[in-house]
Amino acid sequence: MVELFEVRCPGCVTVTEDGNAFNVQAEKWLEVAKILREDPDLTFDSLMCLTGYDKGTDDVLGVAYNFHSMSKLHKLEIRIEVSRDSAEIPSIANIWRAADWHEREVYDLFGITFSGHPDLKRILLPDDWEGYPLRKDYETQDYYHDMPIPKDKTDWE
Amino acid sequence: MDYTLLEKFNKDNIIVEKIDNLVNWARAGSQWYFQFGLACCAIEMMAAAAPRHDLERFGAMPRATPRQADVMIVAGTVSIKMAERVKRLYEQMAEPRYVISMGSCANSGGPYWQYGYHVLKGVDLIIPVDIYIPGCPPRPEALIEGLLALQQKIREETPFRKKD
Repeated sequence: MVELFEVRCPGCVTVTEDGNAFNVQAEKWLEVAKILREDPDLTFDSLMCLTGYDKGTDDVLGVAYNFHSMSKLHKLEIRIEVSRDSAEIPSIANIWRAADWHEREVYDLFGITFSGHPDLKRILLPDDWEGYPLRKDYETQDYYHDMPIPKDKTDWE
Repeated sequence: MDYTLLEKFNKDNIIVEKIDNLVNWARAGSQWYFQFGLACCAIEMMAAAAPRHDLERFGAMPRATPRQADVMIVAGTVSIKMAERVKRLYEQMAEPRYVISMGSCANSGGPYWQYGYHVLKGVDLIIPVDIYIPGCPPRPEALIEGLLALQQKIREETPFRKKD
């Protein structure tokens, strides 16, 4: 597969350190995604899963995509890592419809913006929630609509 | 014929009772509950309503609308997003209305007590609770116990007596 990408899109993918997945630059992602979907040797027609993660070190946020091909019966994981300050990744919701709500969930909990998404808004939390809870540097708010969210519970016990 | 008053009542099928007791008897004996199943406690609530435990023998039957319900059984984790809906639905119930908080989550946040950023730490922060049922989740027997405790509480009320 690496050789295939060397022909179709040189320098687009690199194998990760553990050897289990491909790293892709965010700006190259749409190009790579189209190849994954349409290349007759790949035909990844199914996006199984899309997961956001926060490494906690070096301000790295990431998204891992798990693809599966129904016809070729092979799997692939793609990881895209961006910095915490400019967390923006092109949306693939127009290529795999399954990505639509998954990307909204990652946006909801990690604050990664998916550019070109048809309807990017929070999916689980209320629309007026502050912050992105699954980030490592998330600070829980004290009140939400006058309902207390106690952090120090010594007075409560 | 010379009847005593009591004999006359017996003959004519008349019962003498305080109005408070009569109303309390009616209220306690037909606690239609608003089924608020939010998590795994809802499974136990369903089991309690199903034939093996049969909540309906206590006059409690599930209602899916607050307008017809007398008691709200909050069964499960109340997330903060849901809390506003819980409060609104409670306000839509007709009085007299009662609340049973079922399970650790509704009582105090349960396993989300320490770190859950999105869980309300006890449903009593937003609505008044009459009966707390401990357990994670409580068995149907515990729910029945709670319902009977609520019946006992209702029987001790004095709805027609003047408030001081």
